[in-house]
Amino acid sequence: MAIFVFLAFVVFVIGLSLYLGNKAKTSSGYYAAGGQIHWGVNGIAFAGDYLSAASFLGICGMIATVGYDGFLYSIGYLAGWIVALFVVAEPLKRLGKYTFTDAVDANYNSKGIKLAAAISTLVVSLCYLIPQMVGAGVLVEPLLGIPHAWGVIMVGAIVITIVATAGMASTTYVQFLKGSLLIVFSTVLVGALMFRGLTTTPDQGGTATFYQYSHIAATKTDGKIAVTESGWNVLEQQEVKGGLTFVKLGKDGKETWWYASDTDGAVSLKETQTVVTKAGGAWINGAPASATNQLRQVGNLEKIRGESGVTTGSLSIIEYLAALTDKNTVVRTWKSASFVDGAAEKVTVYYPKLVSGDLIMRPGLKFKVDGTLLERLDFLSLMLALFLGTAALPHILIRYYTVPSPASARKSTIVAIAAIGFFYVLTLFMGLGAMTSGVVNPADSNMAAPLLARSFGELLFAVISAIAFATVLGTVSGLIVAASGAVAHDLFDRYFQIKMDDRQKVNAGKISAFVIGGIAIVLGILFKGMNVTFLVGLAFAVAASANLPSIIMLLFWKRTTAQGITASITVGIVASLGLIAFSPDLYALYGMNPLNAPIPFSNPGIISIPLSFITLVVVSLLTPKAEKAKI
Amino acid sequence: MLHEPATPTGKDPAGPYKMRLGIWMFLFYSLFYASFVAINLINPLAMAAIVFAGLNLATVYGFALIIVALIEALIYDGMCRKKEADFAKAEKQQSGKTKSKKDKG
Repeated sequence: MAIFVFLAFVVFVIGLSLYLGNKAKTSSGYYAAGGQIHWGVNGIAFAGDYLSAASFLGICGMIATVGYDGFLYSIGYLAGWIVALFVVAEPLKRLGKYTFTDAVDANYNSKGIKLAAAISTLVVSLCYLIPQMVGAGVLVEPLLGIPHAWGVIMVGAIVITIVATAGMASTTYVQFLKGSLLIVFSTVLVGALMFRGLTTTPDQGGTATFYQYSHIAATKTDGKIAVTESGWNVLEQQEVKGGLTFVKLGKDGKETWWYASDTDGAVSLKETQTVVTKAGGAWINGAPASATNQLRQVGNLEKIRGESGVTTGSLSIIEYLAALTDKNTVVRTWKSASFVDGAAEKVTVYYPKLVSGDLIMRPGLKFKVDGTLLERLDFLSLMLALFLGTAALPHILIRYYTVPSPASARKSTIVAIAAIGFFYVLTLFMGLGAMTSGVVNPADSNMAAPLLARSFGELLFAVISAIAFATVLGTVSGLIVAASGAVAHDLFDRYFQIKMDDRQKVNAGKISAFVIGGIAIVLGILFKGMNVTFLVGLAFAVAASANLPSIIMLLFWKRTTAQGITASITVGIVASLGLIAFSPDLYALYGMNPLNAPIPFSNPGIISIPLSFITLVVVSLLTPKAEKAKI
Repeated sequence: MLHEPATPTGKDPAGPYKMRLGIWMFLFYSLFYASFVAINLINPLAMAAIVFAGLNLATVYGFALIIVALIEALIYDGMCRKKEADFAKAEKQQSGKTKSKKDKG
């Protein structure tokens, strides 16, 4: 069923692209869909462009694992549209033609701006492309049963076809279709979730038996753990970074790892799930991995308002959230830790952590808002980048050129705010629904929403998966249009001034789309396993640092010069990428100790955004005054 | 200029008004958003306080940030439309007067 819906969607999208291909014979048709898209269509296409794999897969996955902290992304992403509407939309429409570079260079005709803005567009688009491609692989892997890499290659090939056939025209309608379907079926999913209500023994709609994890009483003497229950032998004990203790137990010839929990001196060993990498292949939960022996899906309520063994039945949206917010509600969440055991084999343990509802439903599980000064600054930095990043994303900005007038640009932004805001409200319910319905893959949270849909039947799973796939297609198409515009229009046509007729310009855009699509495929394979929302958060930081200061200052400060804009964009890119490259999260990705990272926080915005603004002001003051802006 | 707009946009006499209005509305929302971030940083426990129908401040404020964005956007659009209509009407009257003067002349 899922494969059929998926394939039907792919065939439809490619058919639509081929049909629209005739309308993209000119540069205006290819890069801006002729500038004649209706504002209502453009508004939903904005939503389709913006609600990427990060929004649907990543945010839902993050909420499913860390609760409210994931919803902070929804809030920040939506708030960013306020900047787009009130500050950027209409002036940008007046200034530009096809690309972000057109807008910032409109009053200057500067080679420096052209080069810097084109590179910035490419960098931001590639940063944004990585998580989309990672999301594509994650999605296709369970859906079609093909490896991650092939999933990424397949998505890349389809997207290149969409973009290369009809550019912005096909991209717009794919995004419109995807945006509409995403909102409608997410509403259906949340409706089904409210109808089912909450339970402490989720069974995926009766299709799976609820698995009750066990625990064993133990004692601890001089740091050594011993099991009092007969039949169990302690084989090995591992102390892991962060003060965690794991114990390998043997029983009936089977070896499993247990998490030692010490509460007020009473030691208890809690059952975990493990993946051990052995020479002959992976072992899962003490047995060789196979089609029938995989990691169990997790996440459930231990207590609802202090009571175990409860099923609530249908709930309103307020009752649903109130039940989860109750301090006596307890959620079994899952964390992971990795180490090398005594046999020199890599062990990844997924262990349970009981968290009360009041902690789940407020910030703090991921972003340490009550932690050290650096941890708080990291949170502030993220919220700043999310707020300022939206209005600086090149693939969003180019959508303003597809409508006929500045008023249409404004109206389409309002439609986008309504659609995107409504969807982001739904993400909280979908994420919490996944967290409490026993559907989360402990090794990869990105599939939380589609797996939640599967707990309501194969049909909803098929539709939601196809939409999630469309989500990737829509956003990646927009990104490739933006990036190919930067290469073919900004660099080849405007910077290098290579003489091309209109047809050759379109062909240059198509060739660029092929190359950028290829790069995106490679990056999508290399970055497998990273949470897609986290990666998009970084793309926002780069966009907010490199692009937003230029847009704001050229609109509101008449002393802005071409040199100031060029320097600001350059400093914004270098500072944000540099800070990210030496951050703890990237050190972990390199396989190095995050504690050794020279930059102590993960979100660069708090430094790189002000730095870019200051650079623009200082360089502008030191260089000759620019022409008066013609806005 | 090399970067002429994709579609001609014409003069917009309401432009300065819309820009001023946009800045004020942006500042208002920025303050609302900054307050949310500040509460999280200064007094994170306040976010756990139950404020409405069993929902805590974090949830209510989070939803409010989304809803207020939409309400502000609709108000902004309404005011922009009104101003655009006023200018269009004034322009029409002006061109009507000019035409009748020409006819009399």
